[in-house]
Amino acid sequence: MTTKILTGIVLDEQVELSLHDICHACSTSTEWVIKLVDEGVLEPIDHDTENWRFPGPSLLRARAALRMQQDLQINLAGVALALDLLEEVDAMRERLRRLELEHNA
Amino acid sequence: MLRSFNRSLEQFMDYKDYYDIMGLERKASQDEIKRAYRKLARKYHPDVSKEADAEARFKELGEAYAVLKDPEKRAAYDELGANWKAGQDFQPPPNWDAGFEFSGGGAGPGDSSAHSDFFDSLFGRGFGSQQSNRRGGGFQADGEDHHAKVSIDLEDAYQGATKNITLRSPELDESGHVATKQRTLNVKIPKGVKQGQRIRLSGQGSPGMGGGRTGDLYLEIEFKPHRFFKVEGRDLYLDLPISPWEAALGATVKAPTPEGPVDLKIPPGTTAGSKLRLRKRGIPGTPPGDLYAVLKITLPAADSEVAKDLYRKMEAELAYNPRSELGV
Repeated sequence: MTTKILTGIVLDEQVELSLHDICHACSTSTEWVIKLVDEGVLEPIDHDTENWRFPGPSLLRARAALRMQQDLQINLAGVALALDLLEEVDAMRERLRRLELEHNA
Repeated sequence: MLRSFNRSLEQFMDYKDYYDIMGLERKASQDEIKRAYRKLARKYHPDVSKEADAEARFKELGEAYAVLKDPEKRAAYDELGANWKAGQDFQPPPNWDAGFEFSGGGAGPGDSSAHSDFFDSLFGRGFGSQQSNRRGGGFQADGEDHHAKVSIDLEDAYQGATKNITLRSPELDESGHVATKQRTLNVKIPKGVKQGQRIRLSGQGSPGMGGGRTGDLYLEIEFKPHRFFKVEGRDLYLDLPISPWEAALGATVKAPTPEGPVDLKIPPGTTAGSKLRLRKRGIPGTPPGDLYAVLKITLPAADSEVAKDLYRKMEAELAYNPRSELGV
């Protein structure tokens, strides 16, 4: 048992991850992550640079894509569509919540 | 080869009805099993589903499918008979598995999911868990990244905290057997974390081989359910009971927040279900969340003569028909 206190980084929008970070955290190949970018699942901060950097929450998206591809047997275009729709559903739920609050205030 | 089974004679576990879990008859064809799996997987996939128990359901489904899709395992499972009920104390009959041969490998759906004791007792421990290092073969390999969940109290997100977390991971020992290794870490939880956010701890994954980089550990933040507060992003919801006279006449009442009680002004003529916003009393951050008090009007019990008299007085002196809008 260790008494050392470990401090980590919260993966929010301010954190940048490298292509290698994402590949490694998903145990996948670089090619797979490049395909995610091609499908628009992941968006590098600057497309034109040689070393892509991604905002922190990209990791959650990449891992969700991986799980959906493996568990639901859907191809990457399908995964991209599902993730976009889920995001839209979340945004609508949030909007609905706000509207209900205003309505009952 | 036959697996060696980790089975103690005294050990009972719940029987799992894999057909029931998948909503199938015992005579279902392999095609029907596949179709049922795909349909339920879409319904309960934790990345898609909003059902509260999606993760547990999906895990259970994955386990059921791992058995039923594999004709060898399905035959062995069927051999147990149809007379078991889900949840019943179960112990495999002696030598039930004689004559079956399970070819290992092939990770089941989901994250290196730990299967139930029931599954382990039938098909062996560690079956289907991902131990393969995909980068194996070379003389140098980076250590794998690990992923785990950490449950925190809501208060921890307000103040920050240090959490003791215990991680268990299956590892191969020198003789090639799977052993569960346990380690404890003290991790700082920063103030203002949100549900579902990840914390990255560099160098806390698996060690690399041949000079490869050590993997990282990613911790997913999960809030324990709170007695009073419901969390939505950084906002908090609280059901706050008030009395009829506080609602009717207005009042200043005490309301709890994760940082201690505050005074809350109830305007006169407040109706049940009204929401009062306490700005920036939600989870800290940029921007900080708000706390919403949802007002519930509760009635004092008419359990004394004094209380009964007061109710009778209201009945006699207030011309109040709560059903006037219903036209009766």
